[in-house]
Amino acid sequence: MWKIIVRRVLIMIPQLFVLSLLIFILAKQLPGDPFTGLLTPDTDPNRIEELRELAGLNDPWYVQYVNWIGNAAQGDFGKSYTYKIKVSTLIGEKALNTFWLSLVSAIILYLIAIPLGVLAGRYQDTIFDKIIVFYSFVTYAIPTFVLALIFLFIFGYQLHWFPTVGSVDVKYDPGTAGYFWSKLYHMLLPAITTAILGTTSVIQYLRSEIIDAKSLDYVRTARSKGIPVNKVYSRHIFRNSLLPIAAFLGFTITGLLVGSIFIETIFGYPGMGQLFISSLLSRDYSVITALVMLFGLLALLGSLLSDIIMSIVDPRIRIE
Amino acid sequence: MNSTEQLLSINNLHTGFRIKDTYFDAVDGVSISLKRNEILAVVGESGCGKSTLATSIIGLHDHNKTRVEGEIIYKGINLAKLDEEKFNKIRGEEIGMIFQDPLSALNPLMRIGDQIEEGLAFHTKMSKEQREKRVFELLDQVGISNPKRIAKQFPHQLSGGMRQRVIIAIAISCKPNIIIADEPTTALDVTIQAQILDLLKDLQAETGAGIVLITHDLGVVAEVADRVAVMYAGQIIEEASVEELFANPLHPYTRSLFNSIPQMNSENEKLQVIQGIVPSLTNLPRTGCRFSARIPWISEGMHEENPTMHEVSPGHLVRCTCWQHFHFESEEGGITR
Repeated sequence: MWKIIVRRVLIMIPQLFVLSLLIFILAKQLPGDPFTGLLTPDTDPNRIEELRELAGLNDPWYVQYVNWIGNAAQGDFGKSYTYKIKVSTLIGEKALNTFWLSLVSAIILYLIAIPLGVLAGRYQDTIFDKIIVFYSFVTYAIPTFVLALIFLFIFGYQLHWFPTVGSVDVKYDPGTAGYFWSKLYHMLLPAITTAILGTTSVIQYLRSEIIDAKSLDYVRTARSKGIPVNKVYSRHIFRNSLLPIAAFLGFTITGLLVGSIFIETIFGYPGMGQLFISSLLSRDYSVITALVMLFGLLALLGSLLSDIIMSIVDPRIRIE
Repeated sequence: MNSTEQLLSINNLHTGFRIKDTYFDAVDGVSISLKRNEILAVVGESGCGKSTLATSIIGLHDHNKTRVEGEIIYKGINLAKLDEEKFNKIRGEEIGMIFQDPLSALNPLMRIGDQIEEGLAFHTKMSKEQREKRVFELLDQVGISNPKRIAKQFPHQLSGGMRQRVIIAIAISCKPNIIIADEPTTALDVTIQAQILDLLKDLQAETGAGIVLITHDLGVVAEVADRVAVMYAGQIIEEASVEELFANPLHPYTRSLFNSIPQMNSENEKLQVIQGIVPSLTNLPRTGCRFSARIPWISEGMHEENPTMHEVSPGHLVRCTCWQHFHFESEEGGITR
């Protein structure tokens, strides 16, 4: 299996190369450049031209690309035009914030969705099931930013249960327990919002899988052994119904990492999503390209992770 | 052990499925019994209620959509009225079931050994080691040559015939008194079919269990059964020992079934078929002779108004009186085969 994983990772290199080329060309097509926003009525146009020349922005695009990819291969994505610090440093700390947020979101998501999906499937067509189906419709229909704003308004501004901005309270020093709890506390509201929005598909999938599984032949075999109903559920129905959820796990995690743009922006959470939006607005090429590359890499890793998980939980599947 | 001991006695069993808000009986007044050491075959076309009869005996219906009425007496207990928890003590331990499709009847995510052991863990007080030993024994008993290796494998690694052997091992794991085999050979190819039937016969001889064999294949019946019940539209229409039934089939339906077996040496190249289809559950006429619609050339008056079983010779029962007047349609103009 390790051999195959290494091979899959190697195949990612050409994929990433194609992706980098596309991103680079697209980023160059954006109107304006990093210096556009710095113009004032007193700015000497020659000075701007000098800066462009210095930054290499007047070179043909392929020369710029080769320079960029050469450095990027060594982990150097250049400096942010806006923040004046190295892109890797900038993304590094934001990525960590997003990673923790995604992890907490994923945990809350599965903590809510798995029990609800299982119970809805098991007690199909009862009042309980109908309430869950109704809940799914509501969370499916509501747009991210609407729910995020409602939660922020109610739990942040009205009830003051959660902070409304930032990722940690400034009064704590990194490494202390207070710092950790403060980080977690800041994460909770955005994480709960993300989780609730993500529960719909998991609940519905699980519910229909369980309903289908109830009438499967091997479940009937299990029942014919005379083992108690709870055992039939836990050993035969539940595990088999979780397969599609496991299959999507890799993609779900990637989706959480990449898809937190709205949530981070609304909750003022300094993560990759928020950085992505702000660098788009300021034409911060080096940051945009680096982030899109990272998102692309995460998508590839997500699919690999899904395949690995599947091969672990389902004996019929071996990665070939 | 008394060889004629009555194991199971079914009296006027009705099993109905709910469609919208009405229950329609798929098994409509079946009475039959099973003795120790006996293989009772239940034959009939698809949809005649034979599988429903099988699942009623072992209580595997969805209780919300099914209504079971009548008596299924086993050891003085009426299984038809038994609650789920008490039934679990009988299911698997006293009554084992073998399913039709070995490809889908095993859990794809569980090792073979674990699937066999599961019932043992619940029904016996064996230790983990004893159970493991018993699993190897069982696999050996059903003719699997390398039990230790097979027990660790997953169902997809085995062939169809091997999987059916595993399913048989599950069914017999707790040495049940009754084994219900629902078309155990239908999904298998002919050579494997013969092996599985031999295996069933051997196991029966060893354990003395009673077997209810559900099948539509008269060849299978001839090979293994002791007694046969022919079902049509939810009712038993003829019951006799195998020898008697094959030598002297009486009911028009039974005769039509025999008539539709292709004959190698027949000059008639056209396959003989029974006109029409088994009426669906919702359109089933509940009065009169249920087979009359498929033999329209036999006039109304020859059927009984409320057909009952008549004993025509010891142990040979036939429903309705129409058999006395029955002839095949092609014989009407004096042409006989």
